[in-house]
Amino acid sequence: MKADPNNVLTGAHYLDGNHACAEGAIAAGCKFFAGYPITPSTEIAERVSRRFPLIGGVFIQMEDELASMNAILGASWGGVRSMSCTSGPGFSLMMENFGLGLMLETPCVLVNVQRGGPSTGLPTLPGQADMMQARWGSHGDYEVIALAPDSPQESFELAVHAFNLSETYRMPVLIMTDECVGHMTEKVVIPPAEEIELVEIRYSSKKPGEAWPFEATEDLISPMLEVGKGHKFHVTGLTHDERGYPVINAEAQAKNVNRLVDKVNKHAEEIIWLQEKDVEGADVVVMSYGISSRVVQPAIMKATKEGIKVGQIKMVTVWPFPEKRVAELAEKVKSLVMVEMNLGQVFLEMDRCAKGKCETYLVGHAGGTVHNPEDIYNTIKEAAK
Amino acid sequence: MATTDIRITGFGGQGVILCGYIIGKAVSIYNDQHATLTQSFGPEARGSACSAQVVVSDSRVLYPYVTAPKVLLAMSHDGYMTHKDKVAEDCVYVYEKDLVRLQEHGPKTTAYGIPATRIAEDLGRKIVLNIVMLGFFAAVTDVVPHEALRQAVESSVPSGTEELNLKAFDKGYEYGVGLKEKAELKV
Repeated sequence: MKADPNNVLTGAHYLDGNHACAEGAIAAGCKFFAGYPITPSTEIAERVSRRFPLIGGVFIQMEDELASMNAILGASWGGVRSMSCTSGPGFSLMMENFGLGLMLETPCVLVNVQRGGPSTGLPTLPGQADMMQARWGSHGDYEVIALAPDSPQESFELAVHAFNLSETYRMPVLIMTDECVGHMTEKVVIPPAEEIELVEIRYSSKKPGEAWPFEATEDLISPMLEVGKGHKFHVTGLTHDERGYPVINAEAQAKNVNRLVDKVNKHAEEIIWLQEKDVEGADVVVMSYGISSRVVQPAIMKATKEGIKVGQIKMVTVWPFPEKRVAELAEKVKSLVMVEMNLGQVFLEMDRCAKGKCETYLVGHAGGTVHNPEDIYNTIKEAAK
Repeated sequence: MATTDIRITGFGGQGVILCGYIIGKAVSIYNDQHATLTQSFGPEARGSACSAQVVVSDSRVLYPYVTAPKVLLAMSHDGYMTHKDKVAEDCVYVYEKDLVRLQEHGPKTTAYGIPATRIAEDLGRKIVLNIVMLGFFAAVTDVVPHEALRQAVESSVPSGTEELNLKAFDKGYEYGVGLKEKAELKV
């Protein structure tokens, strides 16, 4: 399915990452937004609130983040593409119902424009310290999909991609951007609508009475049930069967939860998106995501000039983590370096998957600004020894 | 990768951010280069000293923040004092003459002042002072071609105000050209 030309602002614009993200969502057909303002994410809500009246979307400023998250789940079950955006403290509040979204297998997109934490932290300055919260912030076992844009252009593109992933795997998808990207203004080229490919909402073709909201399918992804077509069904955060009714025992739990986990893990290779450069034959491979994947580049160039063989992996998706690729690389390289604006979160995953087969280094700091390329360069030099 | 860092400073409400936005847009939309704009957020952007930073480059900007600006465009004394020493050694100071009291600077720096507020007042709207500054900036520096900047002004200001803003831009530009023709004021 192609994007609706009425929604797409085709052309070259000078936009900040937040506005670009909003345009990406609108281009992807998002027609419902519920949120609560919080720096540094508010520009997404502002943009959506101005654009929605022109294209027939519904924008609601909710009483808080708990309600916001629930509202977008409800909208999604009502057959509308929905999203919300927030930052650190609001992301914490959304965690319970983010889990509900995972349990109900509800397509929607949630953007976290990361600022420095914990708590109120640094509202106007960047961080990447919510990455483990994205992975494990809600209770219970589950898998998530999280994307990290490095620019306003990518904020647009990944917003479209996030909606596509959410429909494909029938689950909430996270965009883990940060204050630097969100408030950074650059050229954003929005393509013509016919060049924007969208994944349609997959509805069950079965008749009312024969279709269930969590039908077992081979690919573990059930079709949605379309409202207004006579389907009578129930969905609940309680452990449930195919019909969506609560079943409170270990057997149903195993079936339900394994499905949430397997649905992502079995499709991990399709979901994982890495951009690799000069990785073959490298002694040191620098991994990073979001804004950090830009700031590493001057450091890599400097090290390369000095004869060090450095490769780069930019993780467009951070979750699911590229376990296989890291394990493969660990056998080949001298060192793996993780550059992130926190004190070592995704680094721990890299280190775990390397299984001691190579050295692992973290270039991290507590947030508030992007990395100094010199610090990254020094670690690359150390890692190449 | 040749980059030019620009910092614009003033007090919130003067149109500091819009100034940065127009420069960045001129570079990246109308001159086919790359420009990354970042800005100060928070209370300072709402009344006290605030600043916008633009990194201009021939290739993709990798480090988004300004470190040692080649141009400091100052619309308030406070902003000027905060940022005047954190610049490149050959920095060009572009300042509002009636609002900034220029201090001593390094031997390789240059400074160009304009009474932009008065010019804007003469045009009937003090609010276009930032656009007067941009016209002036186009004349005394060579970061962005004049025409690209003018186009960016036209496409960035609220509709209905284009004529006034372009007039403000042209006034600033003329003043700058005149000043350049005279002996350059070294500080």
